[in-house]
Amino acid sequence: MNQQTDEKDDCSVPEEVLQRWEGRGISRRDFLAFCSTMAATLALPVSFVPKIAAALEADNRPAVIWLEFQSCSGDSEAFLRANAPTAAEIILDTISLEYAEVVMAAAGHQAEAAKAAAVEKYKGNYIAIVEGSIPLGEGGVYCTVGGESAVDTLKKVVGNARATIAVGSCAAFGNLPAAAPNPTGAVGVRDVLPGATLVNLPGCPLNAENLTATLVHILTFGKLPAVDRLGRPLFAYGKRIHDNCERRAHFDAGQYAEKFGDPGHRQGWCLYKLGCKGPETFHNCPTVRYNEGTSWPVMAGHGCIGCSEPEFWDSMTPFYWRLPQVPGFGIELTADQIGVGFAAGTALAFGVHGVFSAFRKGDAMESDKVKKEE
Amino acid sequence: MATKIVVDPVTRIEGHLRIEAQIEGGRIVNAWSSSTAFRGIETILKGRDPRDAHHFTQRFCGVCTTVHSMASIRCVEDALKIRIPDNARLIRNLIMAIQNVQDHVIHFYHLHALDWVDIVSALQADPAATAKLAQSISDWPNSGVTHFRTVQERIRAFAGTGRLGPFQNAYWGHSAYRLPPEANLMAVAHYLEALEWQKDIIKIHAILGSKNPHPQTFLVGGMAIPVDPDSQNAINADKIAHIGKLLKQARTFVEQVYIPDLLAVASFYKEWAGIGGGVGNFLACGDFPMDNEGGGDNLYFPGGVILGKDLANVMPMEEDRITEYVTNSWYTYAKGDDQGLHPFDGETSQKYTGPKPPYQWLDTEGKYSWVKSPRYQDQPMEVGPLARMLVAYGRGHQEVRDTVSFVLGKLGVGPEALFSTLGRTAARGIETLLLARKSELWLNQLADNMGRGILEVHNGEKWEPATWPVEARGFGFHEAPRGALGHWVRIEKGLIVNFQAVVPSTWNAGPRDAMGQMGPYEAALIGTPIADPEKPLEILRTVHSFDPCLACAVHVLDGRGTEIIRVRAL
Repeated sequence: MNQQTDEKDDCSVPEEVLQRWEGRGISRRDFLAFCSTMAATLALPVSFVPKIAAALEADNRPAVIWLEFQSCSGDSEAFLRANAPTAAEIILDTISLEYAEVVMAAAGHQAEAAKAAAVEKYKGNYIAIVEGSIPLGEGGVYCTVGGESAVDTLKKVVGNARATIAVGSCAAFGNLPAAAPNPTGAVGVRDVLPGATLVNLPGCPLNAENLTATLVHILTFGKLPAVDRLGRPLFAYGKRIHDNCERRAHFDAGQYAEKFGDPGHRQGWCLYKLGCKGPETFHNCPTVRYNEGTSWPVMAGHGCIGCSEPEFWDSMTPFYWRLPQVPGFGIELTADQIGVGFAAGTALAFGVHGVFSAFRKGDAMESDKVKKEE
Repeated sequence: MATKIVVDPVTRIEGHLRIEAQIEGGRIVNAWSSSTAFRGIETILKGRDPRDAHHFTQRFCGVCTTVHSMASIRCVEDALKIRIPDNARLIRNLIMAIQNVQDHVIHFYHLHALDWVDIVSALQADPAATAKLAQSISDWPNSGVTHFRTVQERIRAFAGTGRLGPFQNAYWGHSAYRLPPEANLMAVAHYLEALEWQKDIIKIHAILGSKNPHPQTFLVGGMAIPVDPDSQNAINADKIAHIGKLLKQARTFVEQVYIPDLLAVASFYKEWAGIGGGVGNFLACGDFPMDNEGGGDNLYFPGGVILGKDLANVMPMEEDRITEYVTNSWYTYAKGDDQGLHPFDGETSQKYTGPKPPYQWLDTEGKYSWVKSPRYQDQPMEVGPLARMLVAYGRGHQEVRDTVSFVLGKLGVGPEALFSTLGRTAARGIETLLLARKSELWLNQLADNMGRGILEVHNGEKWEPATWPVEARGFGFHEAPRGALGHWVRIEKGLIVNFQAVVPSTWNAGPRDAMGQMGPYEAALIGTPIADPEKPLEILRTVHSFDPCLACAVHVLDGRGTEIIRVRAL
């Protein structure tokens, strides 16, 4: 890119592009706002706005197949709440959603035919989105769609995808169905298909903003975003909740809510003593928030439950117990020491799963970045 | 000669539902409802802190999010005899009400409407005639010719790509679609507007509950969202005003778009007032406490039981008359599968005996679903908006009676029309209207409490497990969007030893019981006309009229005292 180009030109989106979006009922103001929001979410300079706009404008909308297995449909619902006022419609106009049980008009064998046709027609080019865990117990009888087991469908659809996005903690890590004693042998996508080109967007449910940002990233750069050792994009999971928490100053100052509804709780003091798991959880909730930036759990007075971390139903519970083995708190130095302690504890808690993932990728545990494909 | 057909997956629902049906002479003569997914969350709950249960159970379902949090918190509060503060009652009412309102509107436009509305036909509509139609039924300002022309152009451009995405391969052009092109275009425009509306008004959950789906401020003993007019980190005047604005936005859309559309669409499908009746028994647990006296009797929507469509004789709902059968479900009971067990005495272990996947047909002579068969006094019961409205109507609830009469009058049909596919869909609209209007009262009461310095949101007297009895048990009910929901818990030494849920879609979607009685979906499908067995649109109409929610419906109840060995990482 020409470094001398003045910034105004650099960031401008061609007039005809804006006009075409207006023709689709999206005002130029909303469209540019969406592109800017996406650039900000992806931590890109403003000069990328035209590139994002061009990617959205391109006529070759990628085919997307959305699979649902052992889920509560919470991630589908989250998707329907997608952030900027016109984001949902931009996404509807931007991807071609070939199969998605929650919204699709077709049913029964006609729905299954649409899925099969999309896999065949867009083989190697479509994006698979997976919601819900995959039960491996008893030969897959705990979840079938159209008479086919979830694991068979997963292999067919993800196996032929260009890239796969696991939305929500169930598809990413197994999550609730996989919580002890894991009655159905539930696992995440990566456990079934270790070699898949995969991005994990955990959260219970995921934040829709992180899904739209990932899709836009793929459209803009033609590749998946950089991820941590758990397959989570760094742009969304690169920092702990605690690092960006709006109540961090109270933590550092030793000001804690002791009981729900007490004066400290009403004044927005730190929720650590009421069980907040923010110090152990990597997620961008404090900066992106939910429902168009309206709120997030800590802002609303309830601690983080660690929902973007693997096995959080077992490693973070009981939710109202404060984090263990905290050496003390009150000053920045101590907080940093706590951070180190948590990182070690977290790695231990993730145990076998994390170690296997790391070895599989032939990468050191401390490495944050995992190359997309080996 | 009977033809057997299968619809799997039933789409535009939550979860995994499969319908098998036998057709003879153009009508359904037999039907089987099956859920094909199982997670076992009750098993996972054993040995956990009961204060955590609501986080787990909320994940039964992300569509009717909040509802299992409510029921499980209430059952733990019942077990531990905890009274919640008045502010918590009001905040919960607001969260529950807006959940119902939003969920019902999403159901109507995004899950159910495409059974009645032919999107392709909308391309033939005259935008001017559409505007005229829209203006004749509503004062909704967004009803001009330009608006409908823009929508039509957008659909045309989309269709022009030849890639219809989620709208491909559907039953467009089916002979059972009756709306004129103008009504179809109006409905498509409102489909898109409702998609915008739902994510706006649900910000009430974000303000009071931190986020949606899966709000996170519920607590055993109250709520975690603080209220304080003198804080910027609590519900203050600014946030009350924000909620008030969103409630008004919710009510306006329901009054000016949803209800007029419901009436307009229904007027073209009046024959569906004679189809899809079902079991004719209705159960409501009642909800939306109007005071904080703790007796639980003063509810905005009353509870009750109706047998054999007898509206003149509404009986009180007694929780000890509820049992569950597994005769035709993939579970087994120690003393035989032909008896029903009350949830407190429930025992279950999953035992799949169905065909090995991939399969074509289920063995409907034997066990054929992951859903159990709840019964009330051994009778199958329908739950949901229709049950609630009928119980309230039968008990003389004035606001319900007035609204039901208004809707029936507009459609020119009698009360018997309520026992049908159309009646079920209409009842959902009626209660949406009532709740959208009532919510403003609860917000005003919350503001009034705050103004008087009443700031308590959580009763922490029994927060610490040390204050609990060694053994306790309790139950909690909630009227979820899809119907009566009950949770039962047994607590010993501070931990859950048994947790059980009887869920709306378990009542409605369950298979046959030991007596061979069909569940409500199955019974409602009998007699449904099928114009084309290859394209069974009519099955979707009746099944969708119940608003199926299958992830909720499937659960496992473990035997008492089973030891669960858990590995704790921390």
